This record gives sequence, C-alpha cells and structure tokens, in this order.
Amino acid sequence: MQPVEQRDEVEMLSLMLLIRRFEERASQQYQAQKIGGFCHLYIGQEAVVTGAIAAIRDDDYIITAYRDHAHALARGTSADACMAELFGKETGCSRGLGGSMHFFDRKNHMYGGHAIVAAHVPLAVGMAFAIKYRGEDRVTLCFFGDGAINQGAFHEALNLAALYKLPIVFICENNLFAMGTSVTRSTSLRQIVDRAEGYDIPGEIVDGMNFREVRDKVAEIVDSIRKEPHPAFLEMRTYRYRGHSMSDPASYRTKQELEKYRLDDPITRLRAQLTREGKLTNEQFDLLDKRAKETVLAAVKFAEKSPQPPLDTLYDYTYADGATELGDHRPVERAQEQGEGAPSPSPD
Amino acid sequence: MREITYRQALNEALAEELERDPNVFLMGEEVAEYQGAYKVSHGLLERFGPRRIIDTPISENGFAGLGVGAAMVGLRPIIEFMTFSFSLVAFDQVVNNAPNMYTMSGGQFNIPITFRGPNGPAHQLGATHSHATENFYASVPGLKVCTPATPRDAKGLLKTAVRDNNPVLVLEAELLYSSKGMVEPPDEELLIPLGKAEVKREGSDVSIICYSQTVPLALKVADQLEEEDISAEIVDLRSIKPLDEKAIFDSVAKTHRVVIVEQDHPFCGVGAEVCYRIQKNIFDALDAPIIRVSQEDVPMPYNERLEKAVLPNADKLVAAVKQVCYA
Repeated sequence: MQPVEQRDEVEMLSLMLLIRRFEERASQQYQAQKIGGFCHLYIGQEAVVTGAIAAIRDDDYIITAYRDHAHALARGTSADACMAELFGKETGCSRGLGGSMHFFDRKNHMYGGHAIVAAHVPLAVGMAFAIKYRGEDRVTLCFFGDGAINQGAFHEALNLAALYKLPIVFICENNLFAMGTSVTRSTSLRQIVDRAEGYDIPGEIVDGMNFREVRDKVAEIVDSIRKEPHPAFLEMRTYRYRGHSMSDPASYRTKQELEKYRLDDPITRLRAQLTREGKLTNEQFDLLDKRAKETVLAAVKFAEKSPQPPLDTLYDYTYADGATELGDHRPVERAQEQGEGAPSPSPD
Repeated sequence: MREITYRQALNEALAEELERDPNVFLMGEEVAEYQGAYKVSHGLLERFGPRRIIDTPISENGFAGLGVGAAMVGLRPIIEFMTFSFSLVAFDQVVNNAPNMYTMSGGQFNIPITFRGPNGPAHQLGATHSHATENFYASVPGLKVCTPATPRDAKGLLKTAVRDNNPVLVLEAELLYSSKGMVEPPDEELLIPLGKAEVKREGSDVSIICYSQTVPLALKVADQLEEEDISAEIVDLRSIKPLDEKAIFDSVAKTHRVVIVEQDHPFCGVGAEVCYRIQKNIFDALDAPIIRVSQEDVPMPYNERLEKAVLPNADKLVAAVKQVCYA
C-alpha cells in the first residue's frame, strides 16, 4: 500500500473552519431549542481530529466519545447530515435516533459517537483485532478525553491491545478538564502519557493546537503500525473554549486561562503558517470562511426542512432481522390501531 | 440419534460454526490452553489454532467490548463468560453497547455477537457466583436470551445464536453440563430457532412452564404427579426473549391451570412476564390463579441446607401444582 497522500493544507484549514462554524451554529440552534439533549462542542480542539484525519487513509477506522461532531465532519459526513442528526431528523447521520452524542457513518468508516466514558475504548480494540484477524493493513484511531483514562474499560482495553499487538492509535484529547474536574484533581500521574508506559505502549505528547505537529506525528506512527501492527498512544494537549456541554458556563477556570489558549488558536496558527509561506492570502481565507458559514447555514435549513422519523418505524431498528415477537409490548402499534399516534408531518 | 452430554453438544456446536464461517472466533478466559473452565471448548485450540480460539486476561469488560467492536466491522464473535455472574463486570458492554448500537446508528451497525457461559445457581458457590441473569438481560430491548435445558437444545440453539445478526445470550447451566440426551448425528445440521418453546411432556391437568435447570426438575415432578393421577404438561420455554406466547397459550388453553417454575428471583422474574401475558390474553381459560415457584428473595447462602431451601425444588413444585389443581 502507498503511504497516505498528504491532504492539501488549505483544504484542511477549510475543514477546521467548517467544524468551528458548525459548532457555533449548533450552539445557537441549541439555545433556540431546535436541538435537544446534551450537546458538547469541539471549539478549540479542531487541530486534533483534522491533523489525525490528514494522516490516515479513507478506509482506516475511527471511533470517538461524545464530543463527536467534528470527527464525523472530518471523516466526510456532510454538514447537512450532522445538523439534521442534532435536530433529530430522519435525514440525520443516525436517522435522528442517535443525537449529538451518537453520530455514526458506516460509509465513511466513522464508528461512533459513544457516550459512556471509555466504554468505546474496548470497541476500538475489537476493531483493531478484526484488522489483524483479517491480515489487513488498516489502522484504528481511537479518540477519547482525559476523563476516560481513569475508567476500568480504558485500562482493560490498553492491556488487551498491547497483549495482542493490535494496530491502534489511542489518541487522548487532553483538554485539561473532565467535565468540571481538572486533570490535576482526577489523575494521579504528572502526565497522562505515562499511562501508556504502564502497558508497554509507546507514547508521546503532541501539541494538539498545532495541525502540522498532529498530522506529522500521527502519520509517523501510522506508518510504523502498517509495517508491523502495534498499539501507540498520543497525548494531544488541547483546550476547549466552551464549557463541557451547553449547560456549563465553565466557571471552574479563569478568563486568563481561556485567553491564553485563544492566543494559540489552531485555526489562526495554521492560517499564519500558510500566509507566511505564501500559500494563502487574506482574501482566500475570507472566502473559505464565508463558504464554511454558508455550508452550515444551508445545513440548518436542510435540517429544518427534513422530516421527522416516522412513528411507524419505531420498532424497525431494535433487531437487525426485523421486529421480534414482542407480544403485548407494542404500544405504538396498539395506539395506531385505535387511530391515535399516527405519524404526523414535520411541524417545521 | 446418539446420546451425548450437554457439554459435548455445546462443543460440537462451536466446532461446527467455527468450521462453517471463518469470521467466527471464540474468546474468553481459559477457553484455549486450559480447554475451558468447564471443558466446553475442549480440543478447539488444537483444531482451529490460537488465531480463532483466544485466551484473555481476566478483563470481562475489556474482552466483551472487544467482541462488540469486532462485530461492528463484520466478525461474528463468540464471547465466553466463565459464568454469567462475571458478566456483571461487563454489564455496560452487554447492555449499553451491544444492543443499543443498531438503534443509535439508525440501523447502520448490527452486532452479531454471542455471549455464552453457565448461568444460574450451581452448588454452594455462594452469593457472588450464583446469579441467574435471565431476567436482567431479557428486560433489555435489542438482546435475545435463550436457556437450553437439554443437549439437543444446547447444540441447536447455540448454532442458531452464532448465525443470528443480533446480540444473543446463550445461558447454559453448570449443573447440566454432564447431563445426557439424544442428539442428531454430527452430519445432520441441527438448528433450533430462537423464540420456540417445546412441550417436553404432554399432559392435561396442569401446565408447568419451565426453562433451563428447572426443566429436569419439572419432568421429575411430572412423574411423581402421575402416580397421584395428576397429568402435568411440561412446557420448556427454551428462549426467554423472544418468548413463545403461542406455545404457552396453547398449553394453558388445554389445561386451564398454570405453575411457572423459574431459576431466578421472584421480583420482576421471568415468571412475572409470563403471568402477565397469560392473564392479559387468555384470562377466561384460567380455572385457578397462576402460581410461581422461584428462588427465595435472598442472596444465595453458602450453607448447603440453606441453599436447598432457597432453590425451587420438587416439594415446592408439587405443592404449587396441588394448589392450582385444588387437589
């Protein structure tokens, strides 16, 4: 297999802008009560997923936790399908059945969107197991936050990956806070990457605000894994500008701290690098940003227009071979027989 | 037909499915080099090699999740729990990940995985090792649960489970591993559908609804009752979910009297669901209130005499039958 063709950096900058503008618009739509449940924004962390995606092939596997909008967008899921999922619409990337925390896109090898902290880390190991079982040269990228590293599932998964020498990169997006608890209050280690050493997995710290550093480090490791399967661990030092979720004002940290990281903004940084090297003009950047905003606005319109999942499909996605014999436990069907609860057109 | 043990039947099912489908693998604690804690996987490592028969560390949450992830990308894992009491350590994977994935992904990812191993009280293992988990798991949408009681059912249900495109729990019974029964010869494909009960003995006076370890108990009691001129029909559910309502209703319509003998606890136990469905659908067929015989509602004591007092037994079952027959 050829080494991955490095994605065009201007394109990657454009992707980071799309993620940023998508999240801003999601925040606005959440406040307008168009989006329900929990909603966790990725703003500030864009270089991590963008850099990582830039370093892998389209047929590699990726899986992440609940802060997952960016991972789907980076993998190629359309802004339309992502926004429609947030709106709970049938056209969403999980048919409106998953919501913000459960984005899936089989075609683009995006394996979720998992909302129980660290519960997806064993799944990632299983995907890597399947790669090795079939003798393929794919790689699994498993993203998770700093909050995941104190869960049992995380430890069991790392041990299994090391024991079976599986082709997987554990990517810890260390944004310094597990919800409102800082790493220093949750983790006994001085640095998270040392967790990997306990399982004899090679680990490194990466500046997660620097697209190029992320991309180059992931590319180097993935290249080594394709030659000879093994796990690796990257601690990406990053920062989220917003609270843990929409309901969190993030009063556990200072304005000064936030401002410090904003000065190191991943988009500003890549833009400056490209401008300095004469690969991007201000006009071009403005155009990219305008396009990102337009794409996201169109996605909102698409989501608004899209239909609700029909009520009569409620039992269609519980068992893969169709509804099982559920006997008396089919209230929707009964309601419909009585002429109630029939599917209604979208109120939008 | 030839007579083999329940353990051999399961072993044959595993071997046949491993042989048939290269995407099937068996993973769990001590399944390979040790040949299985209960020897169910005896000889499989030698035959299929370490790529497909895989020993794990003691990490139920980890390897159950590994199985779910492997199933997401097209493999068909068989995950052995040394006992289902230990599956509680992996509860999040079995309950939150395996059955939810198909819905959460809008139908993109079904999880064709089999979780199997012994379930229910064995003998003097104490509270932590005696869990009957069927009612916990059957209450979760997206899971299927079966509870074979005979070697034939064990083989046929396990093979069907491996081929199913959903997560299926095959709840075996430690006390039945050495029991014997007639099973079709190996060259004859044996598949028993999930969701089909079987009348293990015909009768006309009372329906005894049972599954797993309570099936041999019910059959023994039926012999005893026959001497007292009570003809008991023994309905083995075989699958808890999906539940074979029709077989239950057919039997009740014939006998008009029901005793349910289950190996789990009384509160929200399997029998509670069966009772609900009978009274809801064929209330008029009943000539007496339904009685359930289950474990007592206490954690399992180690002491042998107390353990016997906790479990369903012949005396309790006979008394229940006589009560519904007003005998």
